[in-house]
Amino acid sequence: MSRKTLIPIGPYHPLQEEPELFKLFCDGEIVKDIKWETGYNHRGIEKLSESKTYDQVFFLVERICGICSTSHPFAFANAVEEIAGIEITDRAKYIRSIIGELERLHSHLLWVGLAGHFLGYNTVFMWAWKYREPVLDLFEMITGNRNSYAMFKVGGVRRDIENDKIPVIRKILSDVKKKADLLTGAVMDDPVIHARTRGVGILTKQDVIDYGAVGPTARASGLAIDIRRDDPYAAYPLVNWKVITAETGDVFAKAEVRLLEIYESISIIEQCLDGLEKVKDGDVNVKVKEIPEGSGSGRAEAPRGEVFHFVVSDGSNSPARHKIRAPSYVNIATFKKSCIGQTIADATISLAAVDPCYCCTERMAVAYDLNSGERIMNASELISLSARMSNELKKNLIRQK
Amino acid sequence: MDTDLVIEKLRESFETGITEVITKNPKRVTVSIRPDLILKVGEYLYKTAGFRFIIASALHTKRGFEIHYHFSMDKTGLVLSIHVVLDNENPQIESLSNMFNASNWIEREMHELFGINFLNHPNQEKLISEGNWAEGVYPYRKEFK
Repeated sequence: MSRKTLIPIGPYHPLQEEPELFKLFCDGEIVKDIKWETGYNHRGIEKLSESKTYDQVFFLVERICGICSTSHPFAFANAVEEIAGIEITDRAKYIRSIIGELERLHSHLLWVGLAGHFLGYNTVFMWAWKYREPVLDLFEMITGNRNSYAMFKVGGVRRDIENDKIPVIRKILSDVKKKADLLTGAVMDDPVIHARTRGVGILTKQDVIDYGAVGPTARASGLAIDIRRDDPYAAYPLVNWKVITAETGDVFAKAEVRLLEIYESISIIEQCLDGLEKVKDGDVNVKVKEIPEGSGSGRAEAPRGEVFHFVVSDGSNSPARHKIRAPSYVNIATFKKSCIGQTIADATISLAAVDPCYCCTERMAVAYDLNSGERIMNASELISLSARMSNELKKNLIRQK
Repeated sequence: MDTDLVIEKLRESFETGITEVITKNPKRVTVSIRPDLILKVGEYLYKTAGFRFIIASALHTKRGFEIHYHFSMDKTGLVLSIHVVLDNENPQIESLSNMFNASNWIEREMHELFGINFLNHPNQEKLISEGNWAEGVYPYRKEFK
């Protein structure tokens, strides 16, 4: 049997902003096997959620992911509102969808930039992030925050979008659209990008079904699933838009789907703004008395795919169990199909093609001893553990057979 | 296939194995089954009816370990939760991961957080805590008085 070389990507790598470890087992240039290690970033969110009130959980789940920080509150709100049978006002529906789509806009632009960066094409990175900036400014204007917008609550939203802000939003959106035209034209016609992404990291439709992949990852392989259409929520049933798909399942198809979705998002936001203008100023909240006993499944289409929250209520003011499934949890697992057999240089962009979000995938608990009730690890133990793990890792990586 | 038809087919195929059906609305249904039927029910939903596996949620209650396997019918927006209750002392159930890879990671996660054993799992290693947790400690287990 031939000896394989281990190439580590991570746990801390300048290209990836989050800690994770991909172990590529290579024979020459070709990736023969791949293993993923995680657990560097656990925060115990599912368990923590059980100790927070429903109002507090929104702030917690918002911090699952920095990039799609509204999709988790969105899904959680859907789940809790299902338990309590709450129907929110039209104005709140429009506002929720606007926030959701603005997030998709900035997230897709961010991915295009990162994908360029992964390919070593830093001009795309600079452009995309520059064009993303006005979207963040827009968020700051609407919500007060560039990130973690704190807009959602059970029964509605926390802030209204005043009608006098609508023209400014429209203006910024039309600017973003022009820039998106520029970027899409450049990316779709660039021979270097074609050479690096066409036929690379292919996921077949069957692979997608097998791994349960969602979002642009699934849609780029010809599987037209989108929670906004399939299980409509907020204002999505009230506006016209289409689900973007591509057939080839390679990295280029994933880029194409995301770029074209930018236009759909802009169109949805514009229609929602029309809706806001028609709905007279009014309540963005309905009164919520209590959350009864029961369970609810909330879904939302995040930029990366379906976010799923399962909430069990025991009638108290905090969830009895809160299960969170972020899209990256199922999308990252597809690397077994997309990377094996590729060269090392192509493996990195194939890994990045699902737009992986590691903090979404990791939600762990603080462990207590069952008998004594003491924390199993304290801070100094964690630090020494961390040092030990780094040493072990170093040893293993150097002496890998 | 609409929701009523799915439930009717499930009832037809697994008559006594189905202990309870809760239809909250046409898009949210929970079907409780005997744990030994999970492979057959999973196979029917995934291969015949065309459901997509979303995720499984485990919870520890006074009844024992409960697992909700959430399946999605994307054409109709139905979330079908297959609910099983496992023994408190020796929680174990057949793994679905030989049928589809989508359940591979979550079964490993439930194994390490709740100590539920998934029989015939292709690779029941730890997923998120490799090498840095005490053995035999399951942080999501609860104590009931």
